[in-house]
Amino acid sequence: MTQSPVLSVTDLVVEIPTRRGVLRPVDSVSFDIAAGEVLGVVGESGAGKSMTGSAVIGLIDPPGRIASGEVRLNGARIDNLRPSEMRRIRGKRIGMVFQDPMASLNPLLTVGDQLEETIQVHLGLRRAEARKRAIAALEEVGIPAADRRIDSYPHEFSGGMRQRVVIALALAAEPEMVIADEPTTALDVSVQAQIVALLRRLCRERGAAVMLITHDMGVIAETADRVAVMYAGRVVEIGPVREVVGAPSHPYSVGLMGATPSTSGDAASERLKQIPGAMPRLLSIPSGCAFHPRCPRAFDTCDREAPPLLRSGSSLAACWLCSPDHQHLVQSATLPEAIE
Amino acid sequence: MLAFVIRRVLQALGVLLVVGFISFCMFQFMGDPVEGLLGQEATEEQRRELIERLGLEDPIPVQFVRFVGNAVQGDFGLSYRLARPVSELILERLPATLELAFVSAIIAMALGIVLGVFTAINRSGFAANFIMTASLIGVSLPTFLIGILLIYVFSVQLGWLPSFGRGETVEFFGWRSNLGSWDGLRSILLPAITLGLYQMTLIMRLVRAEMLEVLRQDYIRFARARGLSERAVNFGHALKNTLVPVVTVTGLQLGSIIAFAIVTESVFQWPGVGFLFIRSVEFVDVPVMAAYLLLIGALFVVINLIVDLLYFVIDPRLRSDRAGSH
Repeated sequence: MTQSPVLSVTDLVVEIPTRRGVLRPVDSVSFDIAAGEVLGVVGESGAGKSMTGSAVIGLIDPPGRIASGEVRLNGARIDNLRPSEMRRIRGKRIGMVFQDPMASLNPLLTVGDQLEETIQVHLGLRRAEARKRAIAALEEVGIPAADRRIDSYPHEFSGGMRQRVVIALALAAEPEMVIADEPTTALDVSVQAQIVALLRRLCRERGAAVMLITHDMGVIAETADRVAVMYAGRVVEIGPVREVVGAPSHPYSVGLMGATPSTSGDAASERLKQIPGAMPRLLSIPSGCAFHPRCPRAFDTCDREAPPLLRSGSSLAACWLCSPDHQHLVQSATLPEAIE
Repeated sequence: MLAFVIRRVLQALGVLLVVGFISFCMFQFMGDPVEGLLGQEATEEQRRELIERLGLEDPIPVQFVRFVGNAVQGDFGLSYRLARPVSELILERLPATLELAFVSAIIAMALGIVLGVFTAINRSGFAANFIMTASLIGVSLPTFLIGILLIYVFSVQLGWLPSFGRGETVEFFGWRSNLGSWDGLRSILLPAITLGLYQMTLIMRLVRAEMLEVLRQDYIRFARARGLSERAVNFGHALKNTLVPVVTVTGLQLGSIIAFAIVTESVFQWPGVGFLFIRSVEFVDVPVMAAYLLLIGALFVVINLIVDLLYFVIDPRLRSDRAGSH
């Protein structure tokens, strides 16, 4: 990961002006993704994961907008491009996979129409050429008898097959960056693993960077190289998947991992842990660290000042507990039971 | 699909039978046909003979069956007022009405869809808001008033277009048409606009609402994420999905355009079936009224059937039984 990142997001702030005040669904978010790397982005609903993805690809619905910060694709800024320039990047250099394959294909056009259209727009091929490419793309995502299925309509495919078609569409123009926004949430459990494996394999083969947004810890543990945990619009912890999933530093990450069922161990005797309370609304984000009202380890500094990302092992965590000044608290804490 | 068509045709026949019964009832309850045909000075002899000939003493069901039988063969009897076969009268005037209805439907659809798409895409623009407000006027003004206003402005004040009649018509294969001459085109313009204005505003508002709904769908977002141009997204993806409900409403509206051409035809003295109907009502010319009722019923039923079949053309999901097999 020493080469320059494919995607580099720095201090990204997204704001939505409303009658009751300006909302900040994404607040000072920074991360990099290298070629061939999968960055998992996790967090509760409303944490700003999808909004971050939309901001990267330039599809925030008005009146929302990028208020400050930078998004760079292979070094070049893309957050301030004109709409026509951004359109040439979407689909061509950044592909996106959405959550619900039932809803993300146009029901009135055949999958071939939709693939050929995308290929023609970005690669400037003729119709017959585009059709050949489209069939190849369908074969690559594992659609059997692709040369016949290409003339089928989306409703003639199952959910998993449709998500394969969506992946073929997202990758049709060989983008260097893929944003997958909860690609498995709407699918049957039995199909989820296949889809994730497919996405990972195809991106790895192409050396594409992947931003995998999900709240499925299993998917993250299996697929991601690094993980960013988001809470109330901020990245609270980011680091290698082993560390963040296996030994999280931020109390919120600890809670999130504790709330994930595991099949190993004595499941019957072990109750699933919950994080008390709910994520704050965007209009009433607490002062200091946004997590402090729910945090079992909060102390006086937490409600006064928001913590920056601090080094903790090979991860970064936005928690005062990781600050050298507070190391004594970490040591003296008697905590495993505290989060319940 | 064939089963579907057969089922719909059978339903349509059922509806027509009910409409036929209502038309038939008019003969029973509206005045005395004998008096209508012979006048008050007829002798008892003549009356008896006519009653015999028309079969008015037969049981009601027998009379109804005879009515239906005649109607199927296009025989609706003689007009009381003009003493000519009703079918002849109607066929003579039907082209004028159909042409008026189609021209106004085309104007309504073309403008309605274009304006609807425009107002949906430029949702908050000044022009879109202006059009939306103006469309309220179109919805709320009664047809006859719109007609009179148009006549006042374009015929009386500006003198650009004729205020009544069909003007010069050209005959194509026995169909007298307005569309073949400049004068005919000028004559059909005002009545067609009058008749279509309400439908146009309706279609426009419907297209706008549907389009806004469709633009919120995931596949539109996905189409944008694939880097398609705004034009391809709006017209290639959104508009087509908007059209399903629009086709339904437009189809049904076409029926009412023909049916409610009565008012427009009266205002513009347009020699169509609606105008004929109004005159028949004045003279209690029951055979013409009954035939008109049946005609409108049949038109509605046929249009509905066509609309149902159009769904299959537009929406592949309905064709799935066929598409799945290839």
